[in-house]
Amino acid sequence: MKDAGFIFGSYLVTLGSMVVFALVTLRRGRKSSGGVSDSDKTWL
Amino acid sequence: MSQLVTSTSATGTRATRVLGLLAILVMLWVVIGGLVFTPQDVVQGESVRIMYVHVPSAWIAYLAFILTAVASASWLIGKKHSMGFDRFAGASAEVGVMFMAITLVTGSLWGRLTWGEFWQWDPRLTTTAFLFVTYLGYLAVRRLEGSAEQRARRSAIIALLAVLEIPLVHFSVVIWRSLHQGATVLNPSGDVKLDDLMLFTLFSGVVGFTLVFFWLVLHRQRTMLLLDVVNRRGLDTAIANRRAEGSTN
Amino acid sequence: MSRPNNGRVFSAVLIKDLRIEFRSRVLMNQVLPFAGLVMIMFAFALDNDDVLQRVAGGLVWLATLFSSLIIIQRSFAVEAADQALDSLRVAGIDLAGVYFGKAIALTIKLIVLDFVLLVTAMLLYRVDLTGSGLVLLVTCVLGSTTGLGFVGTLYGGLTAGAKGRETLLPLLLLPVVAPVLIAATRATEAAFASGGAQTSEGWAWVGLLAVFAAVFGVGGSLAFGPLIDE
Repeated sequence: MKDAGFIFGSYLVTLGSMVVFALVTLRRGRKSSGGVSDSDKTWL
Repeated sequence: MSQLVTSTSATGTRATRVLGLLAILVMLWVVIGGLVFTPQDVVQGESVRIMYVHVPSAWIAYLAFILTAVASASWLIGKKHSMGFDRFAGASAEVGVMFMAITLVTGSLWGRLTWGEFWQWDPRLTTTAFLFVTYLGYLAVRRLEGSAEQRARRSAIIALLAVLEIPLVHFSVVIWRSLHQGATVLNPSGDVKLDDLMLFTLFSGVVGFTLVFFWLVLHRQRTMLLLDVVNRRGLDTAIANRRAEGSTN
Repeated sequence: MSRPNNGRVFSAVLIKDLRIEFRSRVLMNQVLPFAGLVMIMFAFALDNDDVLQRVAGGLVWLATLFSSLIIIQRSFAVEAADQALDSLRVAGIDLAGVYFGKAIALTIKLIVLDFVLLVTAMLLYRVDLTGSGLVLLVTCVLGSTTGLGFVGTLYGGLTAGAKGRETLLPLLLLPVVAPVLIAATRATEAAFASGGAQTSEGWAWVGLLAVFAAVFGVGGSLAFGPLIDE
């Protein structure tokens, strides 16, 4: 494929940022969920 | 883990797991369809493949900022000042800033291939860059110290001021360009002939990114609630400690 | 007891702010020399008489924006000291009057600043000004300083006081005032006839400046109260 670096690069940036954002958010949620009782978690 | 852990449930639920699974499946198709199955474009060649991630992220970024403005207005107007609106506005802006960064990076990669330049002073690009910076400012305002109530009020007003600002910036950039360089208006998608498979891939991209967006916003919003509860509890404990100190003396 | 009306609050705040400046001379002794220094630094950086003449308008307005950041911070540092802003808040007066008073005081300081910057540009960068150009230039300065006064007071109020907020002002303010930079620069270039621009081309940009000032005047008077009310 011509210009493969640019094309794969843009897919990598896109998917990479999504995955990193998701993992960081999940980790922060898991870390702080321990100290909060389930009654405060409105989504349960 | 500490003994504080009373439950293993974090920000996930059955609904978010289904949503997440769907998002992953659609995104898989977008990557395979975009990189392998779709043909190259007559005019743009292989670089059209960047469009399958660039266009959906731009669309999601704009959607995110519209939702932030709507949620901010709802917080301000609502009699109860429900903090749910504030958290949704914040989560949506954060995810929106990420998608806007993706839009700018993939856009300039595409621009380098198509125009030979990473950047053009096109009104649409310039306004997008200003949106990005404006919402970085919005997120900085959210991180100022103060109670959750103060954060909600300040950031809601800043979000609504951005709604005033962006049309003015866009309008002034449009006439700035039109007066100075004649018609260099770029229309990146205007000269593309999309066949059915390409259209379908682009459409799946929009669907997939929207699913990812809502998954991220749901989790981010819940994380914010958890942090707010923890912070409030920390404050209550501190006040109680001071009280106890006062009564023993 | 009658509450002072908006007009009286407005003039009281306006006079107070100008009197503080008159007594402390921060604008006179610190900001104006800084702005003049910036204009000289531009000449060092660009190092070409023709280029300087061509971009003089843009440099004047860039120097205005950077100096205005300092003036705005000063304008609210005065309020944050001794909890003056808190006293205004609990006084039960309409904060829109306070907002317009501070905004017009800021506008007046910016007009003084721009007068000095424009004279500096004419002397150092050798730009010429015709009669009709002067009319355009004066209108442009009035329009853009009013807009900057409104926006600056609004965001200055948000970033006043607490620590770590001063550095936030440029990030919030500069994207918002981009239309002022574009419009005022084009209008000033038309007035200076830089790059063969016609004076008549400038008036459309003055219109944009007026729209900007009107939008943020209304938006600011609504948002200022809730923004500083904590």
